[in-house]
Amino acid sequence: MEKIVEGLIKNNLIVAFLTVGIVMYISFWISKIGTRGKIPGAAIAITIGLVLAYFGGEKGIASLSLFSGMAVLGGNMLRDFSIVSTAMGASITQIKKAGWIGFLSLLIGISAAFFSGAILAYLMGYNDIKSIVTIGAGACTFIVGPVTGNAIGADSDVIAISIAIGVVKSVLVTLLTPIIAKKIGLNNPTTAMVYGGIIGTTSGVAAGLAATDPKLVPYGALTATFYTGLACLLCPSVLFYIIKIVF
Amino acid sequence: MKIYGVAILSFCYLAGQILGDLLGLGFAFEGNIGGVAFGMLFLILVGDHFKSKGYLDQEAESGILFWSNMYIPVVVAMSSIQNVKVAIGSGFTAVLVGIVSTLFCFTLIPLISKLHKQEEKSM
Repeated sequence: MEKIVEGLIKNNLIVAFLTVGIVMYISFWISKIGTRGKIPGAAIAITIGLVLAYFGGEKGIASLSLFSGMAVLGGNMLRDFSIVSTAMGASITQIKKAGWIGFLSLLIGISAAFFSGAILAYLMGYNDIKSIVTIGAGACTFIVGPVTGNAIGADSDVIAISIAIGVVKSVLVTLLTPIIAKKIGLNNPTTAMVYGGIIGTTSGVAAGLAATDPKLVPYGALTATFYTGLACLLCPSVLFYIIKIVF
Repeated sequence: MKIYGVAILSFCYLAGQILGDLLGLGFAFEGNIGGVAFGMLFLILVGDHFKSKGYLDQEAESGILFWSNMYIPVVVAMSSIQNVKVAIGSGFTAVLVGIVSTLFCFTLIPLISKLHKQEEKSM
């Protein structure tokens, strides 16, 4: 037995592939059977990831040597590498199609999420700049929070909170979109692009629009694709400095 | 070959990281500013250029798409290595910030699409 565990520890990255694969399978199964696709499998999988981290220590589940490979698979390098690869779907003609209204929605959407998150963090008793900025970034998406938090050197527990905020947003967007689609006039390509730019959390936007009107998915996804990239640029730079000046 | 796509992606990623590090230095800031965003921008520009020239075939592109599909699994792994034991006490903060901030963003959607419609009418 000891020999087997030893062998697994030696191959820690492969153990991580297997573990994440199993988590993904279970999550998409729960999403399909348990929620009839109402809650995106991605949101469930990230939540299970956070739950797994609870059973570890300071470095989450990677504190257990059997799962140390998770720190490689989920480390900054592969994370940023896979985020960059998601830009492959976009082309310059598509960017032109989104036009100024897409860009404006992105700027307003990112600022609105960031500042509402930052102000709430302050009201909840956080008074160091790094935590406030990371929580504000988490209100953008579950990826902007950790990217920003790592860039400015925030603590891991604050980064965990920022991921959880992004997950809550993703689930809420999926559930609320079909309900309030009529109220916000979400029945045409332009509003769908504005919606994607303001909300930004790609998995939530795609799932929410699919439940509202599948024809609108590409328009919302178009602006949402740029949200994470732009937010990863603005949060640790311009928005960080604004918070620093205000403080 | 798939590795060609991965190599193009790697080039764009590294170029973005270097630019982000240099910007960080320029702003007297220890971290990396926008390395991810610049990497994405480079990939859009280089990908578009190579595709129009016919250098990027489907096989090479699938090397990039593989990593794009690994995005959520990597985020799951990232979630599992955070210090959740310390964060669990702030679980309420996470839920509150998530709900309030999302609802606030939703209220902005009709405002902006209205702005766009007015602009179209005046043109």
